[in-house]
Amino acid sequence: MGAMFKEDLSVAGSARDMNIHEYQGKALFAKHGISVQQGVHATSVEEALAGWDTLGSSIVAVKCQIHAGGRGKGTLIDPQSREMVMQGGVHLARSREDVESQASNMLGNVLVTKQTGEEGKLVQNLYIEAGCSIAHEYYLALLVDREEKSVLIMASTEGGMDIEEVAENTPELLHKIWVDPNAGLLGFQIGDLARKLGLSKMASRSFAKMLRAMYGLFVSKDCAMVEINPLVRTENDEIIALDAKVSFDENAFFRHPDVFNEMRDLAEEEETEIKAEQAGLSYVKLDGEIGCLVNGAGLAMATMDVIKLYGGDPANFLDVGGGADEEAVKTAFGIILDDPNVKGIMVNIFGGIMRCDIIARGIIAATESLSLEVPLVVRLSGTNFQEGRNILSGSGLDIHSVETLAEGAQKIVQLIGGGV
Amino acid sequence: MAIWIEEDAKVLVQGITGKQGMFHAEMMIEYGTNIVGGVTPGKGGQIVLDNIPVFDSVLDAVEATDADASVIYVPPPFAAEAIMEAADAFDRSKGEGVVICITEGIPTLDMVKAVAYVNERVGVRLIGPNCPGIITPGETGGAKIGIMPGHIHAKGRIGIVSKSGTLTYEAVAQTMSIDEGQSTCVGIGGDPVNGTGFIDCLAAFEADPQTKAIVMIGEIGGTAEEDAAQWADENVSKPIVGFVAGATAPPGKRMGHAGAIISGGKGTAADKFAAFEAAGIHIAKDPSEIGQVLLNALKEAGLR
Repeated sequence: MGAMFKEDLSVAGSARDMNIHEYQGKALFAKHGISVQQGVHATSVEEALAGWDTLGSSIVAVKCQIHAGGRGKGTLIDPQSREMVMQGGVHLARSREDVESQASNMLGNVLVTKQTGEEGKLVQNLYIEAGCSIAHEYYLALLVDREEKSVLIMASTEGGMDIEEVAENTPELLHKIWVDPNAGLLGFQIGDLARKLGLSKMASRSFAKMLRAMYGLFVSKDCAMVEINPLVRTENDEIIALDAKVSFDENAFFRHPDVFNEMRDLAEEEETEIKAEQAGLSYVKLDGEIGCLVNGAGLAMATMDVIKLYGGDPANFLDVGGGADEEAVKTAFGIILDDPNVKGIMVNIFGGIMRCDIIARGIIAATESLSLEVPLVVRLSGTNFQEGRNILSGSGLDIHSVETLAEGAQKIVQLIGGGV
Repeated sequence: MAIWIEEDAKVLVQGITGKQGMFHAEMMIEYGTNIVGGVTPGKGGQIVLDNIPVFDSVLDAVEATDADASVIYVPPPFAAEAIMEAADAFDRSKGEGVVICITEGIPTLDMVKAVAYVNERVGVRLIGPNCPGIITPGETGGAKIGIMPGHIHAKGRIGIVSKSGTLTYEAVAQTMSIDEGQSTCVGIGGDPVNGTGFIDCLAAFEADPQTKAIVMIGEIGGTAEEDAAQWADENVSKPIVGFVAGATAPPGKRMGHAGAIISGGKGTAADKFAAFEAAGIHIAKDPSEIGQVLLNALKEAGLR
């Protein structure tokens, strides 16, 4: 296959690949020898103005820093009234006054982009960046191609655009190279890419230096994805990263404590998802009414699917993992019940290494200590399932024990009075 | 016959002196797996679990035991290297072997390197990582190499391949519900970069005389299911039943498995079900229906 466009472009990492802000990404770029414009991180209007003073540039960009793309075309709204404050999360400022009005319109308001969802993200950080003379805008991304099982580098002359549209409408303008993990990034590959981008000899040299540094950064810091849109060529044929969207593979944090400790912004993450992570659970909040507690990621997804199939709406994805004990089950119940939309809970456990009798005791302990008020349907299967079911039925609690996933889904949908 | 792992396969356990390795080695032996040795650097010469010799390196272990497979329960920071050590040992010592990596949480770029390393050693097969393993049930006992509950399986003629752990057990239970056992069940794992894929498994099941029908369990993310469906359409004559988890997953969010992300509008459950249907694969929209759909497919093929 190979030649097909297969991977994601606009989603900077996923829920648990760690994203960082543009200003952090650019500091990292600078440290690795990748050219960026001078810039200042600001968390207040005063700091933004100080940034203007420091940069001494006749034009600067004032940029909202949130963990989502599409900022330029986003809308700033007031978090209370939900009324629009300003169009666009990135503005050019030509005076101190411009910086002041733009910064105050951004900080403390919510930026809604096509990647944030309707609720948007609160803007608490700004980046004030010196302007530069742009001759052309390019697109560049590095990511792991799961089909080719190697690092994929993609570049295009169509920078500054929605790259998914480029991939869809003019795929011939999106150029790709795959890096052999043993050989590393080779000179001929870089040359090939530079020629396809139509770069002059001088610009090619700057591009090669940038790309080698970028690949070095990607590998040495275990990035999940680096996306630069736009990467620009200045009128002096210098290649500069005017954007920096960087995410890291969370599995590699053990060897990059600096990345994890210094660059993670917990304010950008869902509070309950952090709480779940700390308890060793994998949780993703959704918009429905039926809380789900399942062991195994695939089975958890399948449980959500089947609830939907029978007319219900799942409130969350929650995988308690293979080694969950009573305590983990209790924490999981707590997290599910933190969501005010939850009207009922479905537990689906296929006991492998995990024994159903232990799960059953955990469920009873949790329902008693949390004085559960919503209907609870439990499906136990696999190791010691009969013992587990006996424990539940002997508890005297109002727990609906079922044998199959389909039966359970139908039951919970019926109990909360929904469905078809 | 079965695929890749025969009932009496000789198996090594890498990381046998660790908590996970020891626990699962015991469970595998209890099932009847022929565990012939363990590997923990620095602990060579010890005997564990009554009669299992521990070796310092996989090469020592393969040369002493003529093992067919090695299963890895090594923590994530060292797991990719453990895979490469096993691949090197099998390649060097006998030119072939199966490496099964159970470990969850290996850095993706470590796997990029490890998979390239394994692929250079053509006789070596990698299953996983982040998977339940592979099991070939026997008349009594059999070869259980991994963390799956052995007692839910029985020897039979259905081949199972899945990205998911507990969902595989669900599929096994579904085959049992219609009185069918399994030839071999392979968990290929849910990580973005792994070894053996769906197509490898389908090709092996097609060639295996014991296997008469296949159950294939996919997940959202990537295009492996679509590619496999297209391949199956042209190359597989045996009936296939397919299910894909994640129809309700929102785009851009990781659903437990690192690979389970719908990204850039690709890899949705709808895409995968459509690809299955186009390839003539029998679809179960609910895992509780896999048994019934399989029964119908077997009847249609004159196998019941």
